[in-house]
Amino acid sequence: MTPIWYNRKFWAIVIQLGAVFIAVAIALQLWINLTDNLQRLGIQLGFDFLNSQASFDISETPVAYQASDPYRRALLVGLLNSLRVIIFGIIFATVVGITVGIARLSDNWLVRKLALIYVEILRNTPLLLQLFFWYFAIFLSLPKSANTNSFLGLIQVTNRGIILPFGVQFSPELSTLALGLTLYTGAFIAEIIRAGILSVPKGQWEAAKALGFKSGLVLRLVIFPQALRLIVPPLTSQYLNLAKNSSLAIAIGYPDIYFVASTTFNQTGRAVEVMLLIMITYLTISLVISFMMNLLNQIVQLKER
Amino acid sequence: MANQNIRKWVKKNLFNSWYNSLLTVVCIWLLISVITNIINWIFNQAQWSVIQANLSLFLVGRYPAELYWRLWLVLAIILSLSLVSWAIFTQRLSSRFNTFLPIAWALSFPVVLWLIGGGVGLQPVDTNLWNGLLLTLVTAVISIVLSFPLGVLLALGRQSKLFVIKNFSILYIEIVRGLPLIGILFLAQVMLPLFLPIEFRLDRVLRGIAGLTLFSAAYLAENVRGGLQSIPQGQYEAAKALALNTPLMMLLIILPQALRAVIPALVGQFIGLFKDTSLLSIVGLLELTGISRSILAQPQFLNRYAEVYLFVGLLYWVFCYAMSLASRRLEKQLGIGKR
Repeated sequence: MTPIWYNRKFWAIVIQLGAVFIAVAIALQLWINLTDNLQRLGIQLGFDFLNSQASFDISETPVAYQASDPYRRALLVGLLNSLRVIIFGIIFATVVGITVGIARLSDNWLVRKLALIYVEILRNTPLLLQLFFWYFAIFLSLPKSANTNSFLGLIQVTNRGIILPFGVQFSPELSTLALGLTLYTGAFIAEIIRAGILSVPKGQWEAAKALGFKSGLVLRLVIFPQALRLIVPPLTSQYLNLAKNSSLAIAIGYPDIYFVASTTFNQTGRAVEVMLLIMITYLTISLVISFMMNLLNQIVQLKER
Repeated sequence: MANQNIRKWVKKNLFNSWYNSLLTVVCIWLLISVITNIINWIFNQAQWSVIQANLSLFLVGRYPAELYWRLWLVLAIILSLSLVSWAIFTQRLSSRFNTFLPIAWALSFPVVLWLIGGGVGLQPVDTNLWNGLLLTLVTAVISIVLSFPLGVLLALGRQSKLFVIKNFSILYIEIVRGLPLIGILFLAQVMLPLFLPIEFRLDRVLRGIAGLTLFSAAYLAENVRGGLQSIPQGQYEAAKALALNTPLMMLLIILPQALRAVIPALVGQFIGLFKDTSLLSIVGLLELTGISRSILAQPQFLNRYAEVYLFVGLLYWVFCYAMSLASRRLEKQLGIGKR
């Protein structure tokens, strides 16, 4: 009989047990440190603080909220604010991305170059800096009255935000964040769309043109559906990035979930619980986006007949 | 003749149909109005004194002026090494130096850190004084260097046949990739001290680097995994036929090929990390973005937002764009996807 240490399965089990042992030992040591440190600071673990009064104001509340409401209500408001800006961002970034991506392949030299300049500037500077620029250098320096900056008399852009007809108004913070996320992510999406369209063989263009389609129709009916197969997976990761980047709201004072959670931490000192809440929220948002994009991916994938 | 060619080109590229003509006209009108406005702003309205007065703050922060020679030396070392590398890659220098190059870079790393930080015979400079572009570059480079081995290990772990190792790796990668970076930096700044024993204190810069490293490693692991998956099964079988054991097979056969295939992705990730260092300003570090905000907080530079953010944006842009150009060049040179 061969000795047991010649057996691959034996070593597989030993290595894995060792890994588990090390992981458990590290986790235990960290836990001991944590409880030591918390005890010294006089903080207890537990989520009961969620029911105590938040006593801070939130500048934007999609649902009714006042400072006397508990922390869980404040966090709900933050979550709704996050979802709002993520959904706006995803829709507008997709529109900008598709437009610029197609413009990058235009047969008009000027349009092509302008799209390239847009992509290279936006992709190669930090989003945070862009947000600061839009917020402090553009939005807050706009005139108060709307007369000078109205677009066709419908959309008014002022330092109090963007005002649509029928009294719909977006705060400067929401507008900045949505604009910043849209333009930044749009530049990345444009490159994805461009690569997707380029991946469709030239013969497809020629065949569709031979059938007498105009180039707009060729793009919509023949090229785009095929390009989508290559576009959807990287597009998913851009949407996920956008959702995560929405947490930069804290830099310009838009009360998203991260901002509210951070205020909660500053008031209660509950670092562990607040971090857990943030983790669970973003992981859930990421999972939902991935799930929906996977469904889309299944629809656009090549169906063999 | 040339005139005719220009005309032909213009007609073909700008006015080949009625809607392209319309687009061209609209674009030209937009360009002219935007450019005249910008030029007017740059020369008439903007007050660039804020940049002139604070140039050294933007670049190196509060690093002591009498020790600037150390930073110049660092710059000289990095520039000369880059020049030699470039010469080798473009085959202007014999590839005999190929083996020395990685060693030289690896050796320069601690030397550079020693020159910046001091200690061991040099006057030490506290990390609080490393600000501005200097801190941005230092944090980005250290984080990517540290996250590299971690990322490769995680990628190998994720490919492993061992159930526990595989799932630990997946858990780590997916949790980190599901979180916003600012959450991880918060974790590193606020929670790391809670998880460490009381006598063990990391300074702010190190905590920032720890956060960036943990974050970057998860993304790097996914990039490397892409490379590992591109290696044909035959390579594994051939390595086993040569009686190599698993670690040797990975180290000598699989990883060199896998990493070579993902060089562009790695450069892209470094560019991303370089931009992401700006988030350190939210957790209170004075890197390039952070120092801009503290300059803007001074009363005499109130409302100089556009000047400062455009200048800082230009600095970021120059570095990122240069890196992406270099990456494209490298990609061609290595002939990735062609071999």
